Amino acid sequence: MTDEPSLITSEQGSNALLARGAWTVANVELLERLCMHASPKQEGPIDLSGVTALDTVGAWLFEKLARSGAAGAPEAIFVGASPSYTGLLREVRELNKSGPGTRRRERPFVDRLTKMARDLAADSAAFMHMLGAVSIALGGVLRRPTSFRLTSTVYQLGRVGWQAIPIMALITFLIGAIIAQQGIFHFRKFGADSYVVDMVGILVLREIGVLIVAIMVAGRSGSAYTAELGSMKMREEIDALSTMGLDPVSVLILPRVLALIVALPILAFLGSMAALYGGGLVAWLYGGMSPAIFIARLRDAVSVTHFEVGILKAPFMALVIGLVAACEGLKVKGSAESLGQQTTASVVKSIFLVIVLDGLFAVFFASIGM
Amino acid sequence: MTGDRIAIQVEDLVVGFGDHVVINGLSLDVREGEILGLVGASGGGKSVLLRTLIGLLPKRGGRIGFPASVNGEAASRGVLFQQGALFSALNSRQNVQFPLREAAHLSPALLDEIANAKLEMVGLTAHDGDKFPAELSGGMTKRVALARALALDPALLFLDEPTSGLDPIAAGEFDSLIKTLQQTLGFTVFMITHDLNTLAAVCDRVAALADGRIAALGPLPEVLKSDHPWVRAYFHGARAQMLHLGA
Repeated sequence: MTDEPSLITSEQGSNALLARGAWTVANVELLERLCMHASPKQEGPIDLSGVTALDTVGAWLFEKLARSGAAGAPEAIFVGASPSYTGLLREVRELNKSGPGTRRRERPFVDRLTKMARDLAADSAAFMHMLGAVSIALGGVLRRPTSFRLTSTVYQLGRVGWQAIPIMALITFLIGAIIAQQGIFHFRKFGADSYVVDMVGILVLREIGVLIVAIMVAGRSGSAYTAELGSMKMREEIDALSTMGLDPVSVLILPRVLALIVALPILAFLGSMAALYGGGLVAWLYGGMSPAIFIARLRDAVSVTHFEVGILKAPFMALVIGLVAACEGLKVKGSAESLGQQTTASVVKSIFLVIVLDGLFAVFFASIGM
Repeated sequence: MTGDRIAIQVEDLVVGFGDHVVINGLSLDVREGEILGLVGASGGGKSVLLRTLIGLLPKRGGRIGFPASVNGEAASRGVLFQQGALFSALNSRQNVQFPLREAAHLSPALLDEIANAKLEMVGLTAHDGDKFPAELSGGMTKRVALARALALDPALLFLDEPTSGLDPIAAGEFDSLIKTLQQTLGFTVFMITHDLNTLAAVCDRVAALADGRIAALGPLPEVLKSDHPWVRAYFHGARAQMLHLGA
């Protein structure tokens, strides 16, 4: 009695197939080969008297052989099967009657493109919907100030503002220092290294300070908002709020968005100061420009307008980050994988929109002469 | 159906966490080809026993043997976890295919056919295979999890509260599904359950776990006669009495 499976045509001319050995999943590679080489049209019976072990995979392969007969011909029958296998063979008879498996075809390129366009339209609609919902919630708060969630807002402010200060200050300090060092190094070639102060001052106050901080906030706080709201959605907490007659937007989303709108300008201001400090430090230690001269030149180089241009952008960037985070959070479905996907999407989309917004503001400020 | 050979042999098993000894000198034989139902108080160590048997928890003392299986490897046992434990990143068909894919090299076409066959065996359709775990109802989740547990035709099947969270009709269907599959495929079932109907309908023998030991063991009518206080309270309490009256 050998366990090596085999499948041979009977030599007695009865057109029967003789199966032997262990027809189990462990031998499936060999079994598939055997079945492929067997006669394409099985009309005679299949003799299972030599089968030593049988599981669902083996039984299904026999069933497939039996069904492979010419169309309209009756299915081949099994003979000689041990009584303990008949239940399984009978069970397998009834399976996969509905034809081949429903393996999905690869989507062609056009399908993907239309899906992307549809997603973009849906995202835009969701963003506008969220903007409207937050506006309505804000209107409700303005009409009845007592309904404002002050505790929640202050708590969120502490999380996205106060606790973010050290990392924001460190990053912007380093960015300011790097810009100053590069400026001094390259400007020195044509003796313009004192103009580094102009470059650092204008660049930091107008663009880099607020942009770097907004990107950091999108990565740090936007992702946290999405993950929080997403897990609340997963565990039906948001549905629970709705059934209690509370509006999830005014309870959960408005405090978060408002906290971000307050925190981002403050962080942008602190970040700009840290960047200027870093630039000044490098100018002193690397470029040999004393702090007094740096400050005096800075006063000549920058005006309040530059500062206004930078800081005016901050609340709008905060609004975009907050709304995108809320939209993506509410899109989370039941699974942990979807939570991860939406959190990634939230960060990517909000950073993208922050940069687009910055570009639009640059055009706008240039056209009004600021 | 019940043979004389032993599928799981547990001797003087001790399992504990810190100072807390949950299983204390437990001995139990599960016969090959039977359906054994384990009952016990909530927090009384049923799940701990099951998790120890399948190797997820370390034992402190005693012996666990699987004399009937050639080797106690993972392929020879299937586990149905209470919440299904389906992989959320894979759809139902891929969940069923996962153990097969790991164990053997099947052609994609055969892999699909086998997975569809398994799904149909547990009463689903090939169409359900495209659904992701998040889109399945409680009963369907259990069925897909059962199909996955049966993917490699294990000799031993562990079920952790298979009918919990199902309505009585779905629970009854699931009971008969397990019974039918067990008769067809001839595996041994070790089942934790609180469902008295399940105990009566499908279990060949019932083991009652109390104080970290088996307090009563045997066919349900014998266990009902046991005079162990906890076993009496369990089977002759108000809720159990309602079932007896209704039956």
